[in-house]
Amino acid sequence: MAEETSATDPTSRSLQEADKPSSRLAVFGADAPLTLDAGSSLAPWQIAYETYGELNADKTNAVLVCHALTGDQYVASSNPITGKSGWWTRMVGPGRPIDTDRYFVICANVLGGCLGTTGPATLNPETGRPYGLDMPVVTIRDMVRAQARLVDSFGIETLFAVVGGSMGGMQVLQWAASYPDRVFAAVPIAAGARHSSQNIAFHEVGRQAIMADPDWCGGNYIAEGKRPTKGLAVARMAAHITYMSDESLHQKFGRNLQDREDLTFGFDADFQIESYLRHQGMTFVDRFDANSYLYVTRAMDYFDLAAEFGSLPAAFKNSKTRFCIMSFTSDWLFPTSESRAVVKALNAAAANVSFVEIDSDRGHDAFLLDVPEMFSTIRGFVTGAARARGIPAPGGND
Amino acid sequence: MTSADQTLNGLAIRGDLKVIAGLVPHQSRVLDIGSSDGSLLDLLVRERGVDGRGIELSQDGVNKSVARGLSVIQGDADMDLADYPDKSFDVVIMSQTLQATRDPKGVVDELLRIGDKVIISIPNFAHWRNRLQLLLRGRMPVTKYLPYEWYDTPNIHFCSLRDFLALCDELDASVEKAIALSGKGNPIPFSAPWWVWNLVAEQAVFLLRRA
Repeated sequence: MAEETSATDPTSRSLQEADKPSSRLAVFGADAPLTLDAGSSLAPWQIAYETYGELNADKTNAVLVCHALTGDQYVASSNPITGKSGWWTRMVGPGRPIDTDRYFVICANVLGGCLGTTGPATLNPETGRPYGLDMPVVTIRDMVRAQARLVDSFGIETLFAVVGGSMGGMQVLQWAASYPDRVFAAVPIAAGARHSSQNIAFHEVGRQAIMADPDWCGGNYIAEGKRPTKGLAVARMAAHITYMSDESLHQKFGRNLQDREDLTFGFDADFQIESYLRHQGMTFVDRFDANSYLYVTRAMDYFDLAAEFGSLPAAFKNSKTRFCIMSFTSDWLFPTSESRAVVKALNAAAANVSFVEIDSDRGHDAFLLDVPEMFSTIRGFVTGAARARGIPAPGGND
Repeated sequence: MTSADQTLNGLAIRGDLKVIAGLVPHQSRVLDIGSSDGSLLDLLVRERGVDGRGIELSQDGVNKSVARGLSVIQGDADMDLADYPDKSFDVVIMSQTLQATRDPKGVVDELLRIGDKVIISIPNFAHWRNRLQLLLRGRMPVTKYLPYEWYDTPNIHFCSLRDFLALCDELDASVEKAIALSGKGNPIPFSAPWWVWNLVAEQAVFLLRRA
């Protein structure tokens, strides 16, 4: 792999994006360290982001979109490695529920990520080599701290809305808990206030798969010119199963065979589902860094708002934020019960909360898919909040 | 608490909204339990400037409400009221829903705990037409405003207006206002002793407060 480093090779391309992203970049110098939950701090550090729409004069229309585990800052523009269009173009864009003709949308790569924000693939200024495992373990709160610094740099006091699904939803809840005066409206989708034991278990399988790959080299693979692609692919395959429901797998693949008439009595991908998962694993390794996967999954595992604040209602005490909590009926990774626990806590804190469970058979990934009821609900919630915040509608009517 | 296609006494709900809205102070904090598609909340937010919340059992009703910009959660009066702190709302409203709860006494008790004031509207099972049907036909009453058969009704705990007043007594709730309504939701335009209202009112709205 090491000798084939042309600019078009996805591996070298992704290494390049980790340090010098194609997106916008905010760099914080040695004089502006980022304090971390691990007890250490990062300096210098950087955060890569994209923006869409215009920030209004009184800076009241900013929406922060938080991405999920393997997401990125390219929420409504194309990913420079895969060339694929933004991951949430149905939600964010002109005339979309998060309307970029009305709101100023910011989306940043998370801390520990691999598309330009400081993470294990970023060059460590002290050694001149990628951080690898020398990168301190980061938390969801650290990610949110980094985002807050970016928001500060725009001179934005209060975000109109913070929106995200899955790990993005965790960041939304963390924002509302850590910076209650800076979040006017919060939309955590398919998320929860903690990572469950089952969720941690699946992540551990993924991490073990990566670390068991000899090409992981104790986390030092970049310096050694290797990539633990097999381990990372298996991690992705295992995780991908958790994003789908039994019913959606059944509908999509059933027991259908892949390009063959009969079973082969071997261990090739006889079934379509096997072939699909292998494809998911193989394409994932081109765009994602294995160490980043370790760090970001760990951040999710450590997330537990109730533990941080003593209790969940305490996390949202005196909150003035308006919440719209959303879950999906077939999501077994972040089931409705996790969302309900948040709703219960918000009610106990007498907070302003809406809660909608959307009927969908698409599993956890439903939040990324074409689910019309999700869009109409979020459009209604966001529009109602914009009215309350006095953000004019494009064309002058809601 | 009802799905859109299973509205309790459809006409009556529309009718009593105005009477209820008239009892809600401007700018107050309001919780509407069984908020259906959000019609009452919407009216209160627009015309009385309240800070309104809703609880609704049907997902369809919740989604419609949130999509129109209201703060509504999916929930159940029998289960979810315990989550709210004491006196967290100025006014708690339960319109045409009490008779569909499993534990009406427990629910009213919770309403009085959560709200400074409580507005409850109920259908009057002791209306003369119901009494007549039971007396003459010997069958459970089915009327324009109570359109269900006994086996498919969501209204599992009917009471008369006097039964409800007795419950208020038992729960130390003082009745600050009581308005008897016709089936269409218009206030009955004369005052009368309770036994008369208990005969001629098809529904009533009560404003309660813990004594």
